[in-house]
Amino acid sequence: MDYSYTILILLLPVSLFLLIGLLGSRMKPAISGMLGTSGLLIITLLSYITAFNYFTHRVGESFQAVEAFQIVWLQFTDTLIIHLGILLDPLSVMMLVVITTVSLMVHIYSLGYMKGEVGFARYYAFLSLFTFSMLGLVVATNIFQMYIFWELVGVSSYLLIGFYYERPSAVAAAKKAFIVTRFADLGFLIGILLLSFYTNTFDFKTLTDVNGPVIAQPITAVFMGMSVTTWAMLLIFMGGAGKSAMFPLHIWLPDAMEGPTPVSALIHAATMVVAGVYLVARLFPIYSFSSPDSLEVIAYVGSFTSLFAAVIACTQLDIKRVLAFSTLSQIGYMMVALGVSGYGGEAGLGYMASLFHLFTHAFFKALLFLGAGSVIHAVHSNLMTDMGGLRKYMPVTHITFLIACLTIAGIPPLSGFFSKDEILVAAFEHNKIIFAVQWMVAGITAFYMFRLYFNIFWNNSPAYHHTPHESPATMTIPLIILATLSIFSGFVPFHDLVTTDGMPLASEFHWMIAVPSVLIALVGIGVATILYLNKNSKSDSLALGLKGVYTLAYHKFYIDEVYLFITHKVIFNLISRPVAWFDRHIVDGTMNLIGNTTVFFSGAIKKMQSGEVQWYIWYFTSGVLVLALMILYLN
Amino acid sequence: MNLQSEIPLDYMIVLSTVVFFVGLLGVLIRRNLISMLMGIELMLNAVNINFVAFNHYLFPHRLEGHFFALIVMAIAAAEAAIAIALIINIYRRFATVSVDDVDELKY
Repeated sequence: MDYSYTILILLLPVSLFLLIGLLGSRMKPAISGMLGTSGLLIITLLSYITAFNYFTHRVGESFQAVEAFQIVWLQFTDTLIIHLGILLDPLSVMMLVVITTVSLMVHIYSLGYMKGEVGFARYYAFLSLFTFSMLGLVVATNIFQMYIFWELVGVSSYLLIGFYYERPSAVAAAKKAFIVTRFADLGFLIGILLLSFYTNTFDFKTLTDVNGPVIAQPITAVFMGMSVTTWAMLLIFMGGAGKSAMFPLHIWLPDAMEGPTPVSALIHAATMVVAGVYLVARLFPIYSFSSPDSLEVIAYVGSFTSLFAAVIACTQLDIKRVLAFSTLSQIGYMMVALGVSGYGGEAGLGYMASLFHLFTHAFFKALLFLGAGSVIHAVHSNLMTDMGGLRKYMPVTHITFLIACLTIAGIPPLSGFFSKDEILVAAFEHNKIIFAVQWMVAGITAFYMFRLYFNIFWNNSPAYHHTPHESPATMTIPLIILATLSIFSGFVPFHDLVTTDGMPLASEFHWMIAVPSVLIALVGIGVATILYLNKNSKSDSLALGLKGVYTLAYHKFYIDEVYLFITHKVIFNLISRPVAWFDRHIVDGTMNLIGNTTVFFSGAIKKMQSGEVQWYIWYFTSGVLVLALMILYLN
Repeated sequence: MNLQSEIPLDYMIVLSTVVFFVGLLGVLIRRNLISMLMGIELMLNAVNINFVAFNHYLFPHRLEGHFFALIVMAIAAAEAAIAIALIINIYRRFATVSVDDVDELKY
């Protein structure tokens, strides 16, 4: 197969970004929106064609990685070469489909949602930039290219969170997201350097070749009791944890909801935040063979995050924050699945399950966010206390939101059921404690999603300023498409397509896991129905009964405050202020002294430049005379 | 040959030194730009005398000194042309040829 056309998948969005970014202010807003959307439609179609071609052309039994495009970008030495290219394998092709689909939905949706906003063209330019960076990230042929696009994704996320830059909270949120992920990327960079230093390569194909030298000859160096491989892989995971908002680097994601809602759907739910999962999946053979300890860490971090975030999600009032914590929780699931997975054959179930969940989650979480955006568009508030009874006013949003809630709760036969079930099976086979936690989280997920659902669409209506209305077609059509995808994407034969070794995976249905997981989801929904279907005091009395826990969870377990304490009190006072003093007084002082001395002396001698030529001749002549006398008498 | 025995080299050097310092003094104390230019020409001619004298007395079979003198003359002519052009421009701009009044280019 010739895949050279895939270069267009990268070239189109970047040229759209330049075109809209440079000329957007001269176009009518609608034109820039249509330009971005139609460009993305082409990219989406190209991705579908790529996926179709790729998945219908097996080499023998399995899928092989294809380098569709490769150029040398920087050559420093014989071994230190940085390539840019496009790598197609089941993982990246699947990601191409997910990213372009969700991005296209968000582009269409934004035509309605962002209508009349100041900076409409800027918004579409940034969306194109984001799409470009995310696509470049997933098709990267080597870890360095991935790092470049990884940072580009971070920048576009920063730009979009801070889209309403006249709002101080948005600026603070953008800064926070950038700094936290940047801090995590420091770990990522060190990990890359360690790994490439010891393996002499950046290339994914070489790094993850199961029979290749990297895995056959593990790094023998040891640092502080841990092998360097484990250090490198943990540091790389730190980068992934920052982007994927794993505990304790999750603090930026809830604040990132300051951005426009479609952006939250695209970046902070469906695509960018799963980059960490993608990263671990991309390097999975190294994790699995060379450093199983770090996989163990990933499993526990993921499991803890999913429980932690689910508990917080039960108490939040801002509907976008509930969804943000739900995203954390679901990404926790994906991390768990990767952490409990092995390599090859049946052992690779967790890997498959993780990516399957990534795939289905992208659709239903984007749907939830876009639905929430539609509600916010109608009510002009983010708080669920300002909502209620909206099912009468917004039928399409209501039905699609309900589908999404059922999907995330894991009700069969919707897609979330299948992917979550696979994760639970993988967890059950590997570690019973993690399984128990994830099973419980499934119940909590169902509870908080239906708490959200009932509070928005049932309950009693508050006094609305004006009657809420259904959103325009540009917003409801993406909702309907995504709802359809949420329902049916569970039937994609994922275990045939995306597996650790490219071979089909025989997957069977586990009643022993599926039945309890559906039961606990139903229990969660039931509890939510009792508490929130109608306005009653049961939920308040429950919150009072669990006062300590409730307050803790409502304040997100005070993690932000802990961060503020550590940064403001400890780091600022003990490190930054002394360093700043040293910089201001010693370093700057030395420089100022040199500068002031020069100024003083030049002030003293500048009178010599009087503009009177004859004086200059006097100086010159006397200088020459002095020199002549010196030569004559001093020699 | 006869001349050489009659006039010693010292005389030549004294002559050129005198001419040089007369020129220097003119450059240093005359306020008129044209006079200063004349002073510079005197200094150049003092150098020429030196060149020719040393060539003649010390290396009578060689010609470099004469050539140098010729080159210096050519340059002096060019320099005079430029300097007079400058002086004319200064005169147009400031309506004066006194060097004391042309001191704008200062700190």
